[in-house]
Amino acid sequence: MAKLKDLVMEPEHLSPGHRLCPGCGVPAFMRLALHMAGKNNVVVCGATGCLEVSSTIFPYTAWNCSFIHNAFENAAATMSGVETAYRALSKRGKVKAPYKFLAFGGDGGTYDIGLQSLSGAMERGHNMVYVCYDNEAYQNTGNQRSSSTPMGSNTTTTPVGKNSYGRKGFRKDLTGILIAHHIPYVAQATVDNWKDMMRKFERAFEVEGPAFINVLAPCVPGWKYDEKLTIEISRLAAKTCFWPAFEVDNGKWKLNYKPKEKLPVEEFLKPQGRFRHLFRPENRHVIDMLQAEVDERWADIVARCETSPS
Amino acid sequence: MSNGSGRTDIVFWSGNEIVAEAAIAAGCRFYAGYPITPSSEIAHVMAERLPEVGGTFIQMEDEIASMGAIIGASLTGKKTMTATSGPGFSLKMENIGYAYMAEVPCVVVNVMRGGPSTGLPTALAQADVMQTRWGTHGDHPTIALTPAYHREIYFSTIKAFNYAEKYRIPVMLLLDEVIGHMSEGMKVPDPSEYEIFNRIKPSVPPEKYFPYDSSFGDVPPMASYFEGFRFHVTGLNHTKTGFPTTDPDICQREEERMIRKVMKDAEALADLEEYQLDDAEIAVFSFGSTARGARVAVDEARKQGIKAGLLRAITLWPFPDRQVHELASRVKAFVVPEVNLGQMILEVERTAHRDMPIVGVNRVGGVPIPPYEILSKIKEVARNGR
Repeated sequence: MAKLKDLVMEPEHLSPGHRLCPGCGVPAFMRLALHMAGKNNVVVCGATGCLEVSSTIFPYTAWNCSFIHNAFENAAATMSGVETAYRALSKRGKVKAPYKFLAFGGDGGTYDIGLQSLSGAMERGHNMVYVCYDNEAYQNTGNQRSSSTPMGSNTTTTPVGKNSYGRKGFRKDLTGILIAHHIPYVAQATVDNWKDMMRKFERAFEVEGPAFINVLAPCVPGWKYDEKLTIEISRLAAKTCFWPAFEVDNGKWKLNYKPKEKLPVEEFLKPQGRFRHLFRPENRHVIDMLQAEVDERWADIVARCETSPS
Repeated sequence: MSNGSGRTDIVFWSGNEIVAEAAIAAGCRFYAGYPITPSSEIAHVMAERLPEVGGTFIQMEDEIASMGAIIGASLTGKKTMTATSGPGFSLKMENIGYAYMAEVPCVVVNVMRGGPSTGLPTALAQADVMQTRWGTHGDHPTIALTPAYHREIYFSTIKAFNYAEKYRIPVMLLLDEVIGHMSEGMKVPDPSEYEIFNRIKPSVPPEKYFPYDSSFGDVPPMASYFEGFRFHVTGLNHTKTGFPTTDPDICQREEERMIRKVMKDAEALADLEEYQLDDAEIAVFSFGSTARGARVAVDEARKQGIKAGLLRAITLWPFPDRQVHELASRVKAFVVPEVNLGQMILEVERTAHRDMPIVGVNRVGGVPIPPYEILSKIKEVARNGR
């Protein structure tokens, strides 16, 4: 992998001056991730969402590469068209320069409204990297729950009150759904583990065919924490195994981070206002359910990684 | 504390909040939604308030699913609603057509923002008015309400549910971003100030029931799922049994009935505010937030000696054909301000059906049309006759 010293000398695809919130987890990784496309040109397609809105406010754009925003649900479909046309034109010698394709969406645009479009693109096998920046709710429109919102979260459409402890049910296992597409590369990452993240993007751009990376992106206004804690909260997501960093490379499962001591999920919940009510005695059972779910999914991933043929 | 909203006092609510509270007062007990600016506050209020009144809020995975869910829930006998804005309204179109075809009552709120596509997500437009009429494919009637003042939003929301129940159709409540987000003080209407209409249920035993039996009138009584009736629902053309048919005569008859059931009541559905029209020479036709500015312009024109008046549509669809036609015979010109590039003006031209000046005042930049722009058009028409 390239050295950081060299990477920062390369031209930026996502330049400074965008208007994402202070402390936002998204630009923290997206900017450097794009460096991993190497010397290739890059076309970026963004689904409607925080990153798209905040990086393209009139009359400016933070994108130093070709950029398409279509709608909320169709980043992967739109990029499918671009990538297919690129292949056709390359074959006829009409495009000579090398290009890489990166589509992104938040959890709303990926887990929910964009899932069909994403599934289609992955199944057809387009040579693109799709990255989901998962901030666990519709943060662009005001913190409404998504199917990625963790159980117990206080959101504007799962408000906490006398009869509600917030979002009911567990988050959708999107990474698992993408693994079931049997595409060349699927990974999960957290923004605190910079080296792991960069290696994953490098690999994603390198494989032939679709690659999918799901990145947990802490959100200051939605998760309600002190903006200086983004990396710390991200690290706690990894240390509590709430968000396991792992990859499935051509069918091979690999665990990329195993905490020395697995922390209880409370450690991840505690600094976040969206979970504050869970620490009231009557909501103890919610934390217990969350813990059980985290344990179960963690054990499943570990088992798969241990039994995966090397 | 006697109305469904539990409030009878003075409140300071935004248009979106009023829609949610009025929907509950109208008997809405099921809301399926998807976040979209500038309508999300309706979902926020429903998420909090519906459980308090024994209702259900459900957030769906996209706009299409939200529309599907309110159709499904309506078939169980509940009054249902969803709210959205332009891009979401576009996505809902297939299911809206389904609701017309399957004759399923429901209310769809569209808080209009700039378009096409993502457009101006946080800014005003009135550019979905033709989409509201013709957005889904095939022939169908349309009822769309465009309230402009806050108590009116309350009453329009209740009417939207009443019309949905009365005619077994999806009814469109068209706010615009200004109406949806602007807060005004108002006294919450008392239930004695409005009527509630509930859908007609079958009067025959299950073995004699047909879901599209027009022998009971153009709006067939509607059974609910779980009550023991056989109720087959499809988006295909169907006979009175609900089973599919391709019989040309039946298709013709049924489609005509589905339009007639609404259009024969066009006079009763018309809801217009006539302001200073008695001796008017120049009529301003307007609706929604733009009409508030138009009223100021009319007052100002009067002060300057121009006989102007305002015809404000509170029911936009069905279009008040007769009323506009008659007005056209009395006035010399129409001015039609709207936050689009000329949509309802086409209806004014069609129904006026006269060789007379009919001029638009149009903006699409996401800002309201200032009264002085409407005034200057009124003066121009008064001076030049065009």
